[in-house]
Amino acid sequence: MSEPQPLNESNVGAAADAALAALAQANDSTSLKLARAEHLGEQSALAGFNAAIKGLPGNQKAAAGKLVGQAKARLTQAFGAREAELSVAEETERLAAEAVDVTALPTRWNPGARHPLSLLMEQIGDIFVGMGWEIAEGPELENEWFNFDSMNFDEDHPARAMQDTFFVDPVDSHLVLRTHTSPVQTRSMLERTPPIYVVAPGKTFRTDELDATHTPVFHQVEGLAVDKGLTMAHLRGTLEHFARLMFGEEAKIRLRPNYFPFTEPSAEMDVWQPNAKGGARWVEWGGCGMINRNVLRASGIDPDVYQGFAFGMGIERTLQFRNELNDMRDMVEGDVRFSQQFGMVV
Amino acid sequence: MRVPISWLGEFVELASGTTPDDIHAALVKVGLEEEGVHSFELTGPIVVGQVLEFVSEPQSNGKTIEWCQVQVGPDDVRGIVCGAHNFIAGDKVVVSLPGAVLPGPFPIAARKTYGHVSDGMIASARELGLGEEHEGILVLSTLGLDPEVGTDAIALLGLDDRAVEVNVTPDRGYALSIRGIAREYSHSTGAAFRDPARLAAHVAASSGTGVGDHVPVIIDDQAPVRGRVGATVFVTRIVRGVDPTRPTPAWMVARLILAGIRSISLVVDITNYVMIELGQPIHGYDLDKLTGGITVRRAQQGEILVTLDNQTRKLHPEDLLITDQSGPIGLAGVMGGAATEIDAGTSDVLIEAANFDPVSIARTARRHKLPSEASRRFERGVDPAVAPSAAARVAQLLEQLAGGTIQPQGDIHEAHAAAAPILLPAGYVDALIGVDYTDDEILTSLVEIGAAIEHTQDGLLVSPPSWRPDLTDEATLAEEIARIVGYDRIPAVLPTAPPGRGLTRAQRLRRSAAQQLAAGGSTEVLAYPFVSRKSNDIFGSPVGSTPAMKLANPLDGEVPWLRTSLTPGLIEVARRNLSRGLTDLALFEIGAVVRPESGRSYGSGPLPAGNARPSPAVLAELNDGIPAQPRHAGGVYLGQVVAKQPGQPAVPASLADALTAVRQLASALAVTIDIEQGRHQALHPGRTAQLRVAGQIVGYAGELLPTLAAELDLPRVVAVWEVDLDALIQLAPTEVTPSAIATLPAATQDLSLVVPLDAPAGDVLAAVRSGAGPLLEDARLVDDYRGPGLPDAAKSLTLALRFRAADRTLTAQEATQAKLAGAAVAAERFGATIRE
Repeated sequence: MSEPQPLNESNVGAAADAALAALAQANDSTSLKLARAEHLGEQSALAGFNAAIKGLPGNQKAAAGKLVGQAKARLTQAFGAREAELSVAEETERLAAEAVDVTALPTRWNPGARHPLSLLMEQIGDIFVGMGWEIAEGPELENEWFNFDSMNFDEDHPARAMQDTFFVDPVDSHLVLRTHTSPVQTRSMLERTPPIYVVAPGKTFRTDELDATHTPVFHQVEGLAVDKGLTMAHLRGTLEHFARLMFGEEAKIRLRPNYFPFTEPSAEMDVWQPNAKGGARWVEWGGCGMINRNVLRASGIDPDVYQGFAFGMGIERTLQFRNELNDMRDMVEGDVRFSQQFGMVV
Repeated sequence: MRVPISWLGEFVELASGTTPDDIHAALVKVGLEEEGVHSFELTGPIVVGQVLEFVSEPQSNGKTIEWCQVQVGPDDVRGIVCGAHNFIAGDKVVVSLPGAVLPGPFPIAARKTYGHVSDGMIASARELGLGEEHEGILVLSTLGLDPEVGTDAIALLGLDDRAVEVNVTPDRGYALSIRGIAREYSHSTGAAFRDPARLAAHVAASSGTGVGDHVPVIIDDQAPVRGRVGATVFVTRIVRGVDPTRPTPAWMVARLILAGIRSISLVVDITNYVMIELGQPIHGYDLDKLTGGITVRRAQQGEILVTLDNQTRKLHPEDLLITDQSGPIGLAGVMGGAATEIDAGTSDVLIEAANFDPVSIARTARRHKLPSEASRRFERGVDPAVAPSAAARVAQLLEQLAGGTIQPQGDIHEAHAAAAPILLPAGYVDALIGVDYTDDEILTSLVEIGAAIEHTQDGLLVSPPSWRPDLTDEATLAEEIARIVGYDRIPAVLPTAPPGRGLTRAQRLRRSAAQQLAAGGSTEVLAYPFVSRKSNDIFGSPVGSTPAMKLANPLDGEVPWLRTSLTPGLIEVARRNLSRGLTDLALFEIGAVVRPESGRSYGSGPLPAGNARPSPAVLAELNDGIPAQPRHAGGVYLGQVVAKQPGQPAVPASLADALTAVRQLASALAVTIDIEQGRHQALHPGRTAQLRVAGQIVGYAGELLPTLAAELDLPRVVAVWEVDLDALIQLAPTEVTPSAIATLPAATQDLSLVVPLDAPAGDVLAAVRSGAGPLLEDARLVDDYRGPGLPDAAKSLTLALRFRAADRTLTAQEATQAKLAGAAVAAERFGATIRE
């Protein structure tokens, strides 16, 4: 179009038809964009007609303006509709192209895990904290007085012999790796005044070689309650509550007479494990009893005023029968496959 | 303690059909835990046979076998091949017939051997489980037996008996006897109990009490251990004219074997038998080998004794000895001497039944590594009143079985003080146990265990029986009542604790830290805290050696030290995982380490008493003597942290991952950990970060020195980190004070700074931060360029900066001003220039 065409109905109509034909030719948004520029843009015939309006005589301006305006509106609407249509089609195509195999996507995160023994100690701690008890702590490397004397072990008690207890060199420095969590009893009683309700989970040590049922480094949880009027019935009540939360509503406790230097009376405690895999059963769970009067005296508590009970159980053993584990070594070797079975849940 | 059931039944009524399980169930109720059941593990037919005739047949292998015709029943003669030769025609023997099973298990069948069909086997004592004797077959006449042919030999020899084994707690020494177990069984079941000590006392009384034929005994303990005289009772008795070569009767051998005691010779077997029955260890001396009277005294420095096991023992001044004029003849209560041992030529036997101090015996047994059945009983306490009965019982058996003549009772030294009666205040038992016992239940229980009772205004005055030294206060008596009535009576009552504080801050934060590290991809391990000196030294401190504590009795002599760092244990666990083909590892541990201070000595002097609160000064001394045991957190990474996957190249583990773990920990504690270039003797000199909080060094992260990694068979890159978690928690804010969140638009700008190569990016960032002032909301390093277009020894750091004001929308000009102010401080500190 070297030369502008006169502004008349036929020429405007032809320009509009050409535009619509170009629109029909455009199969993608790029060509549509080009067609739009050509037929609706600043250099288009329609733009030329529009510019020509202002050169018309006044009485023709309105009609010409209407003619060009209507054509422009019609085309704009048609191009807009076509644009929307193409954009939907193209987005659909793109989404299809972007599809991935969700089973083959890379992960940049590896699952870690807590150790089930740690989780179990925390769970036990939570049970007692929920009852208003506190979690008490004490050193793993202890003075013998806390580990033995304050727990009413005579200086010649066989447990104090080298075959059971790790002694620090030199032996007469009286430092040992605590053989049980019981020294935390004395520490708790020295630091607090009754009423005292504490549990003490922690690491303990005995000179047993590692095998399927023994490990020289293991964990226990100790429970201690000192108050006025506490009886062995409160001990049983506490243990039964604990057992139900650990092993289900059907769990119960059986006490059998036993001997420990730090309790009198003393009992071996069995738990009825209702949900054991091989069927409900009694399992040996730990030791317990009423705190020996000498143990109270060692902490300066008058046994004629206060009474109390204590209990203790092995965490490894608890995990072993609770989760039907056969070999203690799996718990201590740190093979990541073991803990990763538990993840963050025990 | 193993208890042959037939023996138990002599002293307590056992209902017919009582099984080992029944007995265990009854005993466990009163506190004797079940350990197992023992039997001879044989089944018949095993019968008495008579060798009618036999033919000796030499074999090509040099052996000679006897081809025997053995009558095992009326009209039942079997041909049996026998390899032994210690019999003659007419001897009665034990024949295992086809179908029988001997211990082993060793099933018997008719079998072809040496050209005959051997229709059974003639058994030796050992084959029957009756001891070690295997010189030949068991000829019944040597046991003084002449039973009918065809008699069931299992019943005849007592091999049908079984024993229950129970665990006896250390306070119940008296239960290391049939007497004690029978009494406990009676407590549990109510079955009638006959005290064997009383039966034996009857023998003692009936055989006279003269002192005409005795050995003088002097007890002269000049150095009592812990103030207790070594021997409080010493009873002797002489039996003359015994024949020690007679066989021990089969029933006695069977019972001893079931009780776990080997049969040795008649006299020794009798002393052991009485020990098991009454709990009183007995020693027998060959009276002719004694020189003069007996003195019980402590050893002198340099004295020696050859004990029964022919070992020469160097004696300790604390050892209690039995001596005669020749010197030591026995380690009291532990083991006799060889010089006065009873042998086949012995005719006159001196029986010793004594009561020795438990502590003295325990120490001697331990010192000489000689735990024996006797020392085990003395250590736990032997009934001091049973000695005369026990000596009489031995004498009776020597008379019955060895043909001796009992001499009248010799001297009885008895200096054992009866225990003081214990006041059991009214209501005490109920208040301790939580059961409303009737007066009758309390009284009956105490009477049943053998206590004497006196009623007083304040309660019951209880005198415990002589065999219960463990009954020392009202609580021990309460336990007796609780256990005799039964622990099942104790109800369950949940006590109400006062309102609690929940977890402490430190406990909460330690849990958060562990959860965070695990959620971040590390697996928690609990390594043993035993390490080598070298590990402690190189991992315990960044430079030089590390003070540490050593075990006196480690299980593994290679690792006797207590860890000062978690890293060696983590590395050990990593190595174990690697050896199992697990090559990509992220591990962490939270645990205590032992950090003694250099130049300080630890521990305490002699320990205070255990039954009173030590003074504050003494408690302080005990506590000060315990080295610091801070909880550390640490971890190790090796292999790949991200595995190769479709569209994802592998990301190998490096220091960056160790620092990520440190950041995870920091976020769990809401603490800011500053990372700076550091040095550590175990770590790569160019890849070590020192970690600080508020200026205080709290730990290190780095890659192991490659030479160290190689030494440990680890891959070249092993990234480790370790912090003092207790210190971190101390330094962490106890509460977070958040600032208000500004919501007006931010202005973002980049800043590229050319700085010297050795300028730490973190410090440059800090400089920009401090210069840019409060408008700078966030700044991060996005690029570190080194290469063309830069001056020598320089790098270009690009920072992405985000500015924002709380009260107005920032103009680009304000943001640029702040940026330039930041760049100016970097220029001042590092000579930084802006790279356009």
